[in-house]
Amino acid sequence: MSHKIKDATIPTIPLGARIQRWVGRNLIRIYAVIAFTYLFIPVAYTFAFSFNDSGKSNLIWKGFTLGNWQNPCGAPEVCSALGNSIKIGFLATFFSTILGTMIAFAIGRHKFKGRSTSNLLIFLPMATPEIVMGASLLSLFLVFKINPGFWPTVIAHIVFCISFVVVTVKARIASLDPRLEQAAMDLYANEFETFRRVTLPLVAPGIAGAALLAFSLSFDDFIITNFNSGTLTTFPKFIYVSAARGIPAQANVIGSAMFFLALTIVIVGQLVNRRKVR
Amino acid sequence: MGKIRTPYLLLLPGFAFLFTFFILPIINLAQTSTQTKIAGGDTGQYEQTLRFANYVDAFVDNKEQFGRSFLYAIIATVLALAIAYPLAYAIAFKSGKYKNVLLVLVVAPFFTSFLLRTIAWKQILGEEGFLVPTLRTLGIISENTTLTSTSFAVVMGMTYNFLPFMTLPLYASIDRIDPRTLEASGDLYANGYTTFRKVTLPLSMPGVVAGTLLTFIPAAGDYVNAAILGNPNTKMLGNVIESRYFKIVDYPTAAALSFTLMAAILILVTLYIRKAGTEELV
Repeated sequence: MSHKIKDATIPTIPLGARIQRWVGRNLIRIYAVIAFTYLFIPVAYTFAFSFNDSGKSNLIWKGFTLGNWQNPCGAPEVCSALGNSIKIGFLATFFSTILGTMIAFAIGRHKFKGRSTSNLLIFLPMATPEIVMGASLLSLFLVFKINPGFWPTVIAHIVFCISFVVVTVKARIASLDPRLEQAAMDLYANEFETFRRVTLPLVAPGIAGAALLAFSLSFDDFIITNFNSGTLTTFPKFIYVSAARGIPAQANVIGSAMFFLALTIVIVGQLVNRRKVR
Repeated sequence: MGKIRTPYLLLLPGFAFLFTFFILPIINLAQTSTQTKIAGGDTGQYEQTLRFANYVDAFVDNKEQFGRSFLYAIIATVLALAIAYPLAYAIAFKSGKYKNVLLVLVVAPFFTSFLLRTIAWKQILGEEGFLVPTLRTLGIISENTTLTSTSFAVVMGMTYNFLPFMTLPLYASIDRIDPRTLEASGDLYANGYTTFRKVTLPLSMPGVVAGTLLTFIPAAGDYVNAAILGNPNTKMLGNVIESRYFKIVDYPTAAALSFTLMAAILILVTLYIRKAGTEELV
């Protein structure tokens, strides 16, 4: 009897098997860490090289400096390109958000003849390769003897942003509980008041998200911009053109700053949203 | 009366804009694609004809780039799906309270200009980077193998750049799956693999379709990755269209190529949607 009890001490699992079991259980988490590393390698690289004391071409690590961050406009043209991108981004966001939100309400809230055709018209720009959209718009401008430049670029950006705004806002409208609006009507709010005080505030986060998406699409666009901007330089175009002779570290500064700025906006937005839900 | 008109009034400004700056240009592009060079005219001068042979010429001259565009785009889409599916699954089911943080992290690389990131890859994979010497020392690649300016680099760049387009729709549709359906499958003695094949995958099909389309379409028309990470032998259709427009000023060929690209994409996409059997796309 006593012999048996002695034998029954807790068996120690060998280390190898324990590691194997841990890996098996956490495989998908380990995978996620690797995938995120892959996603962030070039971002980290860009950030690291924004501190490079590189001079004109930012190819090889030459030493640490804060100089690029203290003087982000130090390289010629960087800041005028950035300014153009911001101006174009704001205009394209403003117009595409208004036009897209109206379309989203029409499709999401009304049954009407031609609704599926409207859906198709919204889907088509998303299914068209950027190069086709950019090239065709340039041909149209050339036919009407309009020189490519600032406003043609804004127009081009509105075209490709609208569909994304519609899809984003429509999804938000579809997720609304229709009983909330019925309740407002039951409480003697007329249609306009219901829209202004119930529907619109509920859809607002969707519209804000759509605007953020439109801005980042516009800000980052290169292919369509390249076709329609003529001699105007935007930030992506500046990078593409200077890639051949070396990109100044200031471009990395601006790229990294945009990254942290956008991250902050998204995080603050989420915190505000969470507080509202509570 | 007013009620019937409301949706049309809401649609009017947006659709008028899209008609003028999206539909009209496409029609105009169709016209351009059959134009002929004016005999003895300057570069860039064309007259309107109905020369459909432009399409044949454009295709025959560029069939290599054409095939490459679709081959690269398909490989990049498959790779992105393989990378993104487990990632989306992990975020949807295994991230607990960090779900929102991880979602932001998927989109975050977007906020650095994609050109900067592509050029970063070029330098990471380049001769001066740390990766190539390390791999050479380890004997994984031979002394004279390079990573930049290869088709490998182009496909990798495309996979990387379009990864969030794949991950987000996949996440959206996996997140909608009720975890109890997976438990039920386990209760009915399905093993992990069978549960995935018979329950998880079919339920996430809308996300797979949306993600592959959002990756494949821009990838097939892309020329930036090929221009930055490739060499003259990895040129894609986008590179040809760009140079026809800006360097050679051969608008009809560029237009014919654009049209062929769009038609080929639409045909492939239609076949694919039929096969995948989802119609709720937008």
